[in-house]
Amino acid sequence: MWRSLLLFLTLAASPLSAEEVVLGLSQDKVAITATFDGSEILIFGAVKREVPIPSNPPLEVVITVSGPSEPVTVRRKERKFGIWINTDTVEVDAAPTFYAVATSAPFNDAISNVEDQRHKVSIPKAIRSVGAPMTITDSQSFSEAIIRIRKSQGLYQLLENAVQVDEQTLFRTSLKMPANLAEGDYPARIFLTRGGDVISQYQTVINVDKVGLERWLYDMSRQKPLLYGLMSLAIAIAAGWGASAAFRLIRQG
Amino acid sequence: MLTVSIVMQIYLPIAEVSVNAFLLLGLGGMVGILSGMFGVGGGFLMTPLLFFIGIPPAVAVATEANQIVASSFSGVLAHFKRKTVDLKMGCVLLVGGLIGAALGVVVFNYLKSQGQVDLLVRLCYVVFLGIIGSLMFIESLNAIRKSRKNTGPVKRKKHNWIHGLPFKMRFRVSGLYISVIPPVIVGVCVGILAAIMGVGGGFIMVPAMIYLLGMPTKVVVGTSLFQIIFVTGFTTLLHATTNYTVDIALAVLLLVGGVIGAQIGTRIGTRLKAEQLRILLALMVILVCAKLALDLLLQPTELYSLGAAGGH
Repeated sequence: MWRSLLLFLTLAASPLSAEEVVLGLSQDKVAITATFDGSEILIFGAVKREVPIPSNPPLEVVITVSGPSEPVTVRRKERKFGIWINTDTVEVDAAPTFYAVATSAPFNDAISNVEDQRHKVSIPKAIRSVGAPMTITDSQSFSEAIIRIRKSQGLYQLLENAVQVDEQTLFRTSLKMPANLAEGDYPARIFLTRGGDVISQYQTVINVDKVGLERWLYDMSRQKPLLYGLMSLAIAIAAGWGASAAFRLIRQG
Repeated sequence: MLTVSIVMQIYLPIAEVSVNAFLLLGLGGMVGILSGMFGVGGGFLMTPLLFFIGIPPAVAVATEANQIVASSFSGVLAHFKRKTVDLKMGCVLLVGGLIGAALGVVVFNYLKSQGQVDLLVRLCYVVFLGIIGSLMFIESLNAIRKSRKNTGPVKRKKHNWIHGLPFKMRFRVSGLYISVIPPVIVGVCVGILAAIMGVGGGFIMVPAMIYLLGMPTKVVVGTSLFQIIFVTGFTTLLHATTNYTVDIALAVLLLVGGVIGAQIGTRIGTRLKAEQLRILLALMVILVCAKLALDLLLQPTELYSLGAAGGH
């Protein structure tokens, strides 16, 4: 609550640009429950302006939502002695566990290369990789592998023409977040662009958290691992014995 | 259980993936039937199946150990009732098993530091399953052929080098008087494999008990289940406290299917002849081996794989 207030205050304090974002989210929390099967988030907003709508070029909207960044080990297989073995390894310093980009036009029309570089908007720019070993000359293909694999899992999404803009003022889009989400804060960024240049940006946070039984089990497994292990065994054995006893009763009765 | 059967998708808190609850129940049931029939924990089958449906390997291995405890427990109770457990032999095997599991963790961590643990685990599977599957297949084919020709009872108890070893002990249920050294060594080997490969080890232990120790097939199943319970229980605790990878929600779903399957399997097992039982198990082992070997030999569609940094 006070975070959004703070955001509002910093926004109010910053020098006003001609056009600004007023944002709404269908939800600012994603609760991972026992039956969690992914989530759809509606992101909508309006452009507030003190001046008439500039005629040219048209207003475009770019929206990104990213999950917590983590280091990733990428391994590549090669055929050695007739079998496929992991040979080359590249440690990618930080790759978001989830990353979605939605634009109101084809990506290259919505935001220029320079602005993409500056704000790290496109999927490849969101991955940070520096230290590939000297022996590997094509470290680029390892970053590409992360994108390819995570795209196929629905974790990375490039949604061109997915943001609807009405009257250069109202915009909305919906993002599908898959079930295999990592916990954490998911910053959502909204860029307003004209002619590929960012004229205004806005940031908010969507919180992804386990709740209820999921939360309790997860915390217990980290904080009291021995107790958790013993409990797992006890439940397993009780179920095994219980089923056996039930079968015996059925046979006799 | 009621909610589980109504809700299709379930989110696993430790594995952090959402899977179909019925799929897990079905997998558990199928492996449970095998467990009851053959006295194998079924881990050698379940662990690769869990990889296949998208459970992270570390979670699959650790949770599988937990699930084996449950499916073996209901199986062993059924065998206790029919007095087909050699407790004394089970304890001797268990002593070896616990030592082996501890050794296995040390070996596993060493392989991990060398960076090729995945490959070595797979190669272990292919080599062990290949050798044991073909040996069992040939042996049980011969046994069936002999019994068809009806050339008198098969003579199993042969005198070999094992009978020359010291520290002899009488195992009355098995009808054996042998040294404790071979069963302890069998236990150690199974314990090492259990820790490295994430399996109960029944597929190694059952043939070793039949062919190496010369135990009667009917006793072998119950006794191996007895040993497996304690070794996998120990392994579960090791994983839970060091890697935090035991997913109890996953384990519960697998074992609900598993305990029911094990009961059915134990009954099927008592109806089939020992030779038929063994040839079925041999075929299963060869099938899994072939699949794993193919995975290593054929070019994978995705050459790259992702892991947590500094991961397994």
